Amino acid sequence: MGVRLVNISKIFADPYHPDKQVTAVKDANIEVKDGEFVTFLGPSGCGKTTTLRIISGFENPTTGEIWISGRMVNDDPPNRRDTSMVFQSYAIFPHLSVEQNIGFGLELRGKPKKEIKEAVGKIMEVMNLKGYAARRPDQLSGGQQQRVALARAIINQPSVLLFDEPLSNLDAKLREQMRLEIRRIQQTFGITSIYVTHDQAEAMTVSDRIVVMNEGNIIQIGTPFEIYSRPVNRFVADFIGRVNFFSGQAASLVGDRVEVDFGVFSKTFESWSGLAKEKSNVVVTVRPESLRLHHTGDKSSFPLKGKISKIVYLGAVVEYEITCAELEKPILAVTHNPVEEGFFQSGEEVFIDYNSKAAHVLFE
Amino acid sequence: MKRRSYANPIQQMRMISGDPLLLVAIILILASLIIFILYPLISVILTSVRGRDGYTLGIMREVIASNYLRTGFRNSIMMGGLTALLGALVGFLFAYAIARTDIPFKKFFHIIAIIPVVSPPFIGALSIIMLFGNNGLITYHLFKINNYPIYGFRGLLFAQVITFFPVAYITLRGVIESISPTLEDAALDLGGSRWKVFSRVTLPLTIPGIASAMLVLFIETLADFGNPLILAGSRFPILSVQAYLQITGMYDLPKGSAIALFLLAPSITAYFLQKYWVSRKQYVTITGKPTSSSIKSVSPLAKWLLFTFCVIVAALILLIYITILWGAFAKVWGSDNSLTFNHFRYVFGVGFKAVKDTLVIAGISTPLAGLLGMIIAFLVVRKKFPGKRFMEFTSMLSFAVPGTVIGIGYILAFNRPPLILTGTLLILLLNFIFRYIPVGIQSGVAILRQVDASIEEAAIDLGADSKKTFFRITLPLMVPAFFSGLIFSFVRAMTAISAAIFLVSSRWNLMTVQIMSQVESGRLGAAAAFSVILVLIILAAMFLIRTLLSLRYGRFGGTMLKI
Repeated sequence: MGVRLVNISKIFADPYHPDKQVTAVKDANIEVKDGEFVTFLGPSGCGKTTTLRIISGFENPTTGEIWISGRMVNDDPPNRRDTSMVFQSYAIFPHLSVEQNIGFGLELRGKPKKEIKEAVGKIMEVMNLKGYAARRPDQLSGGQQQRVALARAIINQPSVLLFDEPLSNLDAKLREQMRLEIRRIQQTFGITSIYVTHDQAEAMTVSDRIVVMNEGNIIQIGTPFEIYSRPVNRFVADFIGRVNFFSGQAASLVGDRVEVDFGVFSKTFESWSGLAKEKSNVVVTVRPESLRLHHTGDKSSFPLKGKISKIVYLGAVVEYEITCAELEKPILAVTHNPVEEGFFQSGEEVFIDYNSKAAHVLFE
Repeated sequence: MKRRSYANPIQQMRMISGDPLLLVAIILILASLIIFILYPLISVILTSVRGRDGYTLGIMREVIASNYLRTGFRNSIMMGGLTALLGALVGFLFAYAIARTDIPFKKFFHIIAIIPVVSPPFIGALSIIMLFGNNGLITYHLFKINNYPIYGFRGLLFAQVITFFPVAYITLRGVIESISPTLEDAALDLGGSRWKVFSRVTLPLTIPGIASAMLVLFIETLADFGNPLILAGSRFPILSVQAYLQITGMYDLPKGSAIALFLLAPSITAYFLQKYWVSRKQYVTITGKPTSSSIKSVSPLAKWLLFTFCVIVAALILLIYITILWGAFAKVWGSDNSLTFNHFRYVFGVGFKAVKDTLVIAGISTPLAGLLGMIIAFLVVRKKFPGKRFMEFTSMLSFAVPGTVIGIGYILAFNRPPLILTGTLLILLLNFIFRYIPVGIQSGVAILRQVDASIEEAAIDLGADSKKTFFRITLPLMVPAFFSGLIFSFVRAMTAISAAIFLVSSRWNLMTVQIMSQVESGRLGAAAAFSVILVLIILAAMFLIRTLLSLRYGRFGGTMLKI
């Protein structure tokens, strides 16, 4: 059940050099469980939209199999696949009313008029579109068009709902509102959903699991928590949220524990990924909010010491950039609740530490 | 992400074959393009090189050796070139005056410039004969000149410029209007004089548009048949007329074909220059939205000079049409100018069959051409299949092929098995349909490029097959393009002569051909009456289509309802 992609690859002709080829998706294996909400996340050109269009049938994979609800659908054209897509541009039929747009799928299935009207009315109520039945699409706001597109996709009760960057045309506030709305509706109907976005915050809020993609490859599949706190490589760590990298060397490996030598000091960590090998170079990733800053300290307990070079005050949090003599790039730290915890001043000397549990080691 | 799918023809075939209707449509269209566009052309080429025993270049050599035909070739090219030059100049000045100055009566000038586009192209020639001919109103009756030499170069050039400059006007007005006036304002603001701004900013930006308009005028003039037939005379041979006379006068099909090829070559060359070279150099798209015009960039003196120029051109056009109108009611043009309905009685009596035939032929062929155009536009823009470029190329070819050539091709191709169609209604219908699809394709392609492809994908995604998607979603969205294409192809079908004159028969005749034969037999009054009725039918049809459209599709209105 659900959706299964087996060894999917897609090769395009390079638009500028027709004899050259571009691999848009490379050997993708993904399993989406029934009722699950999975997001394909990655920068533009990573192959996420192509993968989505392969599932919907608008692109044929060069190799591989697509399974939907336990059936291989490679040879089914998009109109015979049990998927419904919500398009980036909404793709609302401009010459049909809201009601006709939403009922289009049922009409194609030859449902009686009365039944269509009932179903459309019901879904419009769920989607907060009551009273807009006779409107023309160009008389709707962006958010309402978005709802119409979603309603039109859901009313067919497809096995899989596909979203192609559906919120990218909305303003920031509406976007935040709509992603909660999409999540609510997906859970109300329990439809298996696949969502494509390049916005990591969006992916974190709506997904059960995230598939991180880059340059046609699947880099990591995991829950939002796993992706954020246990990234498998530099790319994921960097793409999802902000992060500090500290390079060192793996001094020893004992079970799940790895001791990293930073030169002047060493520290033991419990979480790591990559090909673990002693004496190999590693990068320790620490999120800015995991760093703790202190006004005073001594060399033995705080091997990291630096100077505040920039302060960004955001109300609930304060962001600091700290330059360290030993490091090329400044460290980024975020502190909460500045009203109670107090500020650091620009140019002030600070001592930095972090709980090793909050860090993650990458073997490269 | 616009990337070409890396699917080879076999994969493409497999994708299409999952959709039998699409497959059938593609095969049928490709086959009919081959049969009704390419096959006649190939027949012309083959006939011109087919001797008594085997293939020979003898006929070609004969044509080249003939002094008279060489002169004809030179004349045709010269006439095309000069018309292009003068027509573009007049069109540019007209367009510039309307788009960039605040002269009065702009709307009036615009309508006057559009009239020649919607009337038969030989009206100019007919009117010139009535004004300057042997019994002409101006030459004979006003100035008492006997046998004023209006036949030949001078008269024809005048008729061609008046007939074709509106095409340049329409194109160039679009080009000028799409140049933001703020560019000119900026140049003025930087301290340029008005002349400098015009010569360094405005003119350079319109050069590609002017070049494109000139090539189109060249092609149209080269292909024109009606004006030269009436006005060229025997001392100024023109190729399109010579090809016609070879075939209908001497029954020499091979020689007529060979002459037609000499007509085809420069026309195709100009077409390719226009399509693949000039149109790429355009800085601005032709269909830009008019922005608020700057009227600061023209000095008062220039403005009134332009105004005077527009008045003169408009007066000439009015003179032509008033002459026709008057001629239609005058008892015997030139000798007895008392008013009569006799000519109209003739048109609605003996001549009415031609009116009926024309209406039947144009009425059937234009909607079919329009629909076929929309389907081809859809396939070309939205679908991937082997033979797509061929379909695009062939279907647009009749823009480049002179009517005379295609007319000869039709009588050659369909006068023998497997398809014997000469003398039937069908041959006229097919000729008209395949000749007038490009207009529809062009507007269809333009509108489809503006419609987000995901709108159709959404329909497919919701379960619609390609037939339902096309008829429920795509076609309704193309309605404005369909109707603007329809208006133009109706006008063209009603005024067609160059190809049709080869295909008419006693059973199926056309008004345009009737007008020609009336002119030839010296019955100018009847010719004028036919012309008046023809223009009235066209205006009525345009009015009808537009009214229907704005009633039903008012919200699409905008761009297409303007012309």
